[in-house]
Amino acid sequence: MKYLGIAPARPKIGVFDFTGCEGCELQLANKEETLGPFLDAIDIVNFREVTTAQGDDYDIALIDGCISRGDEIERLKKIRQNAKVLVAVGSCASFGGVNRMKNVLDLAEANTEVYGKEFKETLYTRSIKEAVKVDLEIPGCPVSKAEVERIVQHLVWNVAFQFPNYPVCLECKQRFSTCRMEMGELCLGSITRGGCNAPCPAGGLGCWGCRGPAPAPNYKEFLALAERKGMDMQLLAERLNFFGGFEGVLK
Amino acid sequence: MKVNLNIDVHHLTRVEGHGNIKVRVEAGKLREARWDVVETPRYFEAILKGKHYSTAGIFTARICGICSIGHCLASVRATEDAFGVRIPDAAAKLRLLAKHAETLQSHWLHLFFLAAPDFLGLPDAIALRKKNPEIVAIALRLKGLANGICDLVAGRTTHPVSILVGGMARMPERAKLLAFRDQLDRSLEDISAVVGLFRNLSPKIPDFSRETEFVSLKGVNEYPFIGGDLASTDGVVKTEREYKAMTNEYVTPQNTSKWCKLSRDAFAVGALARINNNHGLLRPEAARVADLFGLRPVNHNPYMNNVAQLVECVHCTWESIRLIDELAADPAAPTMAEVEPRAGEGVGAVEVPRGILYHQYAYDKTGRITKANCVIPTTQNNANIHIDLNHLVKKFSADANMTDEKMELLCSMLVRAYDPCISCSVH
Ligand code: SF4
Ligand code: SF4
Ligand code: SF4
Repeated sequence: MKYLGIAPARPKIGVFDFTGCEGCELQLANKEETLGPFLDAIDIVNFREVTTAQGDDYDIALIDGCISRGDEIERLKKIRQNAKVLVAVGSCASFGGVNRMKNVLDLAEANTEVYGKEFKETLYTRSIKEAVKVDLEIPGCPVSKAEVERIVQHLVWNVAFQFPNYPVCLECKQRFSTCRMEMGELCLGSITRGGCNAPCPAGGLGCWGCRGPAPAPNYKEFLALAERKGMDMQLLAERLNFFGGFEGVLK
Repeated sequence: MKVNLNIDVHHLTRVEGHGNIKVRVEAGKLREARWDVVETPRYFEAILKGKHYSTAGIFTARICGICSIGHCLASVRATEDAFGVRIPDAAAKLRLLAKHAETLQSHWLHLFFLAAPDFLGLPDAIALRKKNPEIVAIALRLKGLANGICDLVAGRTTHPVSILVGGMARMPERAKLLAFRDQLDRSLEDISAVVGLFRNLSPKIPDFSRETEFVSLKGVNEYPFIGGDLASTDGVVKTEREYKAMTNEYVTPQNTSKWCKLSRDAFAVGALARINNNHGLLRPEAARVADLFGLRPVNHNPYMNNVAQLVECVHCTWESIRLIDELAADPAAPTMAEVEPRAGEGVGAVEVPRGILYHQYAYDKTGRITKANCVIPTTQNNANIHIDLNHLVKKFSADANMTDEKMELLCSMLVRAYDPCISCSVH
């Protein structure tokens, strides 16, 4: 792949998974129409889910999933030492994702509930930045492949990436989706960071906030609006806590 | 000469999730052959307690990134069973279409990217793309088509948004459905090329059989994917609500995934199990492909699961065309039923790509969950993989020319043939 006759540097990339559903990794193999050029632009040296090759000479480490056991911290620290740039991919890696809901449980009780008397080692969920230094976070559950592509392009060119500074609502309006809030359904689009192209409201579900807070979200106005519209406040709390990105908003 | 083998695969590659293979053979004698799942526990069932019914399907989709549509379907089915909701016919058709598309994307991914490299002596599909770009181009076309249908019908391929308790949020645009119908029709040519390719590879399928019990849904008029009775090739038949009598989960010290058993020490689920129980209900086009590979019930070679997946791809492609025709005939059909929460229990059984999946919830009268249980296909397969591995190592270590490398490949291919979804099995 050359532009004006000059071949770009192909960054060596390692992809590593921790606690999660591996849906984010799967996105890397999706978007089939541009998968060829994407693979030509990078050099995958380690990606357990798709290749038996397991090199340690990567420049960029893409991390998906969160941390929920001691051995994962050790593995992550080694990756941090090897990588020049470490990117947290997806909501699990960025905030803990749905696994964050585990943190309100009594772990001994949960263990008994699931495994009975056989104790299985586990920790409270941590995001990647709660364990090692993270250079960039790409939230989303799953992460948007289009956004990952854009970010990889920036990494190849060594140009800083700017996330959209508007909320999901903007992209939702651009798609002409019917507003769920107007229909009396809960939607977190007005306080959630855009960039996903608002697939959830278009598909018939409100935004559940998987990308975390938009810049300068107006929580007060949002909560007041939800109340005026007679939304179920217990359900609102459940939504805000769903992906871990809005922790602490409801005190 | 008696062989010595020592294999220690930590975090097997080209499978979903984390599992280890350990084999030790001394002077031709099997000392140890283990398949252990070491994925970290996530406590989905404990988290579900107290959650609103509208959260359950969206949350449990996150058990697995590959079969998120299947999880969501099992979840809403369990809730609808508990509330006594009957979904509209069009919604049932849309769900089945989404299910077929998920089966297709998952099977294509497994066949081309995870399984095929072993048969071609390559490390991955990236190397395959360099060597044979035409095959990978076909793979991407087929997988892309399946993902496109998931996007249209379920709102998204990974973690669907249109599958709700009570039905489906919307009917997709008729023109878009029909465009996919054309593409499916045209994909049949790609599929016959793929059948030819795998026919050429089939002599490399290891010669190994072990008598196994196979569990799946039991179809009545149609090859089954969503709900209905449960059956085993040993003759056990149960209703969907009696699923626990099929799974009999128990906990072992070495594994974070549970193990299961039925009439024997273990049983298998998946594409091969579905065909072993429902061969007569395959579309004739798919049955012909099964014949071509000598796949007849009951087939006890676990490596044939790859072939069974290919047969199902043919079946699901033809069935998707039929479903689109039926849906396009009535584009204004309702897709949502009224939902009124009530106290009670419900079960949803769905055949996801890797085998039968069960969700069970108990609800209080406000529609919040008081108890949840999810039994995942790979959980049901783990004990069987473990026992297969023992027999496989025993059989092939009798071969004086066996090496660590060859045995490791045979063992890895065995585990990959089950297409395990390990993070799913520990949820
Ligand atoms: S962020 Fe979502 S899609 Fe990604 S690994 Fe976590 S649960 Fe899966
Ligand atoms: S549906 Fe949600 S994201 Fe879309 S405009 Fe309304 S509030 Fe914003
Ligand atoms: S609409 Fe909301 S929940 Fe959906 S992908 Fe975008 S940020 Fe995530």
